[in-house]
Amino acid sequence: MFQIDCPWCGPRDQQEFAYAGEAAIKRPENPASLSDAEWADYLFMRTNPRGRHHEQWRHVHGCGQFFDVVRDTVTYRIESVDVPGRPALGDAS
Amino acid sequence: MSQQTHRLSQGGRIDRGREIRFTFNGREYTGYAGDTLASALLANGVSVIGRSFKYHRPRGLVGAGPEEPNAIVQVGLGGQTRPDQRATQVELFDGLVASTSARLGFDPMGLNNTFSRMLPAGFYYKTFKWPAKSWPSYEKRIRQAAGLGYSPTEPDTDRYDHMNAHCDVLVVGGGPAGLAAALRAGRAGARVMLVDENAEFGGSLLAERDAQANAIDDRSPHDWIAASVAELSAMQEVRVMTRTTAFGNYDHNFIGLMEDKADYRGGPGAGEVRHRLWRVRAQRVVLATGALERPLVFGNNDRPGIMTASAVSTYLNRYGVAPGWRTVVFTNNDSAYQTALDLKAAGRDVAAIVDIRTNPTGALADAAREAGIPIHDSSAIIKARGSRRVKSVQIAQVKYGQLAEEGDTIACDVVATSGGWSPVVHLHCHIGSKPQWDDEAACFLPGPDNPGQSSAGSVTGAFSLRKALSQGFEQGGAAVAELGFEPTAGAAPSAPAPGTVMPIQPFWIAPTGKPLSRGPKQFVDYQNDTTAADIALAVREGYESVEHVKRYTAMGFGTDQGKLGNINGMAILASLLDQSIPETGTTTFRPAYTPVSFGSVAGRTADHLFDPERKTAMHDWHVQHGALFENVGQWKRPWYYPKDDESMQAALDRECRSTRNGAGVLDASTLGKIEVHGPDANRFLDMIYTGGRRKMKTGTCRYGLMLHEDGMIFDDGVTAKLDENHYYLTTTTGGAAGVLNWLEQWHQTEWPDMDVFFTFVTDQWATVAVNGPKSREILQALCDDIDFDREAFAFMTFREGTVAGVAARVFRISFTGELAFEINVDANYGRHVWEAVMAAGAPHGITPYGTETMHILRAEKGFIVAGQDTDGAVTPMDMGMHWAIGKKKDDFIGMRSLSRADIVGEGRKQYVGLVPTDGSIVLPEGSQLVNDPEAALPMPMVGHVSSSYHSDTLGHSFALAVVEDGRSRHGETVYSPQVDGSVIAATITDPVFYDREGARQNV
Amino acid sequence: MKNRYSIFSLARNALSHHENWDRAWRSPEPKSEYDVIIIGAGGHGLATAYYLAKEHGITNVAVVEKGWLGGGNTARNTTIVRSNYLYDESAHLFEKSLKLWEGLSRELNYNVMFSQRGVYNLAHTLQEERDAKRRINANRLNGIDSEWVDARQIKAEVPYIDTSSNARYPILGGSLQRRAGTARHDGVAWGYARAADAAGVDIIENCEVTNILRDGGTVTGVETTRGTIRARKVGIVVAGNSGVLAEMAGFRLPVESHPLQALVSEPVKPILDTVIMSNAVHGYVSQSDKGELVIGAGIDAFNGYGQRGSFNIIEETIAAIKEMFPIFSRMRMLRHWGGIVDTTPDATPIIGKTPVDNLFINCGWGTGGFKATPGSGWVFAHTLATGEPHWINAPFSLDRYTTGYLVDEHGAAGVAH
Repeated sequence: MFQIDCPWCGPRDQQEFAYAGEAAIKRPENPASLSDAEWADYLFMRTNPRGRHHEQWRHVHGCGQFFDVVRDTVTYRIESVDVPGRPALGDAS
Repeated sequence: MSQQTHRLSQGGRIDRGREIRFTFNGREYTGYAGDTLASALLANGVSVIGRSFKYHRPRGLVGAGPEEPNAIVQVGLGGQTRPDQRATQVELFDGLVASTSARLGFDPMGLNNTFSRMLPAGFYYKTFKWPAKSWPSYEKRIRQAAGLGYSPTEPDTDRYDHMNAHCDVLVVGGGPAGLAAALRAGRAGARVMLVDENAEFGGSLLAERDAQANAIDDRSPHDWIAASVAELSAMQEVRVMTRTTAFGNYDHNFIGLMEDKADYRGGPGAGEVRHRLWRVRAQRVVLATGALERPLVFGNNDRPGIMTASAVSTYLNRYGVAPGWRTVVFTNNDSAYQTALDLKAAGRDVAAIVDIRTNPTGALADAAREAGIPIHDSSAIIKARGSRRVKSVQIAQVKYGQLAEEGDTIACDVVATSGGWSPVVHLHCHIGSKPQWDDEAACFLPGPDNPGQSSAGSVTGAFSLRKALSQGFEQGGAAVAELGFEPTAGAAPSAPAPGTVMPIQPFWIAPTGKPLSRGPKQFVDYQNDTTAADIALAVREGYESVEHVKRYTAMGFGTDQGKLGNINGMAILASLLDQSIPETGTTTFRPAYTPVSFGSVAGRTADHLFDPERKTAMHDWHVQHGALFENVGQWKRPWYYPKDDESMQAALDRECRSTRNGAGVLDASTLGKIEVHGPDANRFLDMIYTGGRRKMKTGTCRYGLMLHEDGMIFDDGVTAKLDENHYYLTTTTGGAAGVLNWLEQWHQTEWPDMDVFFTFVTDQWATVAVNGPKSREILQALCDDIDFDREAFAFMTFREGTVAGVAARVFRISFTGELAFEINVDANYGRHVWEAVMAAGAPHGITPYGTETMHILRAEKGFIVAGQDTDGAVTPMDMGMHWAIGKKKDDFIGMRSLSRADIVGEGRKQYVGLVPTDGSIVLPEGSQLVNDPEAALPMPMVGHVSSSYHSDTLGHSFALAVVEDGRSRHGETVYSPQVDGSVIAATITDPVFYDREGARQNV
Repeated sequence: MKNRYSIFSLARNALSHHENWDRAWRSPEPKSEYDVIIIGAGGHGLATAYYLAKEHGITNVAVVEKGWLGGGNTARNTTIVRSNYLYDESAHLFEKSLKLWEGLSRELNYNVMFSQRGVYNLAHTLQEERDAKRRINANRLNGIDSEWVDARQIKAEVPYIDTSSNARYPILGGSLQRRAGTARHDGVAWGYARAADAAGVDIIENCEVTNILRDGGTVTGVETTRGTIRARKVGIVVAGNSGVLAEMAGFRLPVESHPLQALVSEPVKPILDTVIMSNAVHGYVSQSDKGELVIGAGIDAFNGYGQRGSFNIIEETIAAIKEMFPIFSRMRMLRHWGGIVDTTPDATPIIGKTPVDNLFINCGWGTGGFKATPGSGWVFAHTLATGEPHWINAPFSLDRYTTGYLVDEHGAAGVAH
């Protein structure tokens, strides 16, 4: 069971968090202009790497904030924790 | 009552002043406090404790700890029984009742041994295929033969709990290394937890003679243990725990411990907990888990009386029990010599030491020679004789692993074997690390340390006491130093320098002069009766990977999980494949190290605490008024309110009639409620809902649909505009948390620039939904600061005021199609307002109704229930809800998906009404619909029934359904074949059955 | 010809101390070229090879495997086999599979111990009851045995289950498929491997694919740790690694890999004779022939290839089992582990063409792969042999994510398989 260093609350048990999928999937600015295939790519296709993964978690039983985590999907080690666009308050270790 | 014939006259850590009575297989025995069931049975001369799984061979104790494969017993009776307990780990208590499922006397299944040639590894894959119909009966017989103990058949009345703990350093294992580590860490002031699975600390020291020759810091070993534990116990920040097994090592230094708080003394007292599961998050972990001795593999090596040498020493020194009178020691390393010396010291014969090594030298060999024990070097036991007890062993000269010359037969009743030591790398490996083979020590050692973890003591191959102590001390210091503590100065506890040691000579199987397939049975995994010949057969048949061998032969699948035999098996496999042990590899080490009770894993999550029950402010009123309840998510919702012996349908008819004709009231408090504030609230909601929100006027309400980005409906509800930049949304009861998460995710991760925030207020408000033509009069009687006039308080608007003396938001919205008002008040006043509504409504015959009547009334109006009439695969268009999509919107979540080819194409299932041709028949919900009920199977299905009721209002049954292209098929007939063979015909209609113009809600 | 397995051959071989058994499969060196390469020697890949040979006469086939055959999810699942899926598309696929299961031991001459002990899917809420009945009706019209049993009937057939009305989520009833059951997971892989090998298929273990070779938009072979192997057609059947292989071939998949955990208790004498599955209470349990309770847990939400999950999932699952079977509280967990499941957005597999010509993929089985082994292999063999999907797997194309033709089994399948 992971220990995740919430950028707002500090290290907490995984059970306080909800996983929220791959990070940095930007919603297209103008969906209507996309082809069905391009839209499907945004909607369904995922990188799903074996190794370093940029993902989102939400401290759902805590501050409620979403934040980004870089985690290895094989070793499960967390490389960094970050708030998109803002410097992390916590120690990103 | 039997005598303790094998008890030594002195020694051991048992309390001879406390005699304990116990029963094994119906016979009474006595032992002493401090015994395990195993040591007590041994003391009483009981040598056959079980029978093997496949061949039903008599079996006795092999080990003295968690590695024991044979002595698996059922402890306790009735609801208190516990199956599959290792006698070596069952502490003796007064009145203990234990038994084995095996017959220990004559066992007719013992014939399996005679016919064992028909039962090689994997025999079941090759047979029982014919006749096909007979597999169930074959299988039944296989199942009857398998299994060790018996599951309880009564519910468990014991309690279990969980404890979450954090510490600086968790030390696993309280042997010399663990104690030294804990002392060092504790002295530095760190928060330390020291845990050990045994009843007392000391680890390997408990198996040794408490002699001054082994002194640690000039104390005898047992004194040193006592002093160390006393010192640790006195430290404020240190917690020492015995009978506590670290069963699992999980990511990020999360360790699972199971503490036995009661089994050891016969069960918990009133209000006490049986097992406690500790969930520990440790900054640093020191694994001082020790090592387990491997037996040697030779012919008939499973005969009772054949044990590991360390087990023999443990029984002698810790329990004061001698397993027999005349022992042959068989070894490939020095440690078993100590056992021989221990036996001598206890006054028992050692007939011989059989050592595979040539000309053993070193301190222990010298001592053995000095004690007059004959040593047969370059020799092996090739087979044992005896059935219910070993009677003698045949030894032979061995050169280069081959039989050179058969030697003597030596009479004995005990064989103590040592094939070397296997470090307990299990915990180290639980999180994906691979162990590494060490040629010199002939064992697997932990690989590189896991982050925040280290190992100390014999688990690292440090088999000497001196090394274990210094390593423990060092790792304890390193752990705290990394955390910023200052390790105290001072030296590690010191032990005498070990004498000269002769290296181990790896030796995996004794040659018999015959091929493995023809020699006597040489057991590798005792519990599963896996022999060396089975491994050879697996290899012959191409099952070469260690995992294939494990799975084909069942090696390591027993309750000891291969602790005793796996390394031998892997080494034998390696030699058969002519490859190295590292090339062969190990199977994966999985938690649990030793088994953990389900009860402790579940903890308090049981019975009514299995999942929290959520109840509305009016819940008790509903109970008092006879409501039956429905589980909706975690909520308890009134389902209907039967009166006297009224049938369900009669109750529903009454509730519906009253609501349509006078007034009905529903507790709608469970609907999710979310407030949305901020200057960008309307822009945000415009993206979330299919309908427009930008032009909403303050004081109005709108129905809304939420889609996932794939275009499928996932929730619905009403949005009210409370003020500029302030909205209030309702969600479905089950969907509330999901919707909040949805809003937060979009806001935080996609549109953080939008100035908007959300407040979850479901529990803050109680909602009393008054429906029916009399609802206005009832509200007027309770509220004098809102004008309830039709024009002044229009449909789909809301007002704030005071209802029954309580500040309220009153929404004029309707889920029944009737004139209706939903009163929202502070949940603390919910029951008060509910009762006031009941009182004010009494003259109008107001009737409380539950979810079932709510469903009928809304279905008559064609209103959907998201999650019932929609299933996660329907679009707004499928549901005929084009009207809910903002015409002028160029984007909202899910919009783009609605124009994909298969979403706009023909053949989509569309929302319709159904009226059964026979209006007295209610189509069962979940019925499938077909065009041609005579068609062959698989019969093409065109839709299904999602909601179906008898309507008191309509006077007949009706249903809601989805049907392929159903909107263009109104008036046509579809058929529903039923499970009982009948076919129900129904006409497709518009899904709105009642008051199609919406006149009644607009009065 | 290999040894035929039977009670007679067992007896005959017993006389020669079992020294004359043939290898169940050879250990060949890879040839430089094959008609078809199947990547992944799990149950699905081996079944594909077997049916390529049997149904289509294509035997110049290699199955390449980076580890040991049958070592992925085939070796790690809870062995449940059933076909009572909601949607026609899924039902046809899983029923095809179930029919193959029913004759599999004899067909392969290898006892896969398919035990039709019945599978109950419990309903604890009114909505679960509606969903179950919808599924039962659909199953029956699809020719699949399926019935509704109420709580009383369940109690009669499964005496130790708690059907009391004061349970937190009382059991209202459930669906029962009597033809469903369990099978011996390893035996399935081994049986297919042996039969495929006998037909001439090369099964090449310890041979990891490191690249997928293409010429323009057409696949030409694979690079492996044991050299380059050419092929006219290549099929990817690598649960838990699908995305990695797809990336080598230059396309993306709507797949995410998650840990799925399971556990067994210590073995006890027969106490549970059927398979019990529950969504609302979230766990499923059967008893293996060895006597262990075999318990399936939920999927961990995060992406993970570590073959281990979070301990709280184990806690929740055991609490659920205890809730359904209070008598099991004193049983003990012997071992827990994790597999890697490839999940798709619609909880339905992808079986068919890829953007690369002559490269085909079979993935995304989520928690449902084991039961589909024979059917999956059968339709994938057809697809590889003919270049086009069989009508049964046509709906499971990759391009459905573009067109929107999703077969969303979430509601019908949930976690419980």
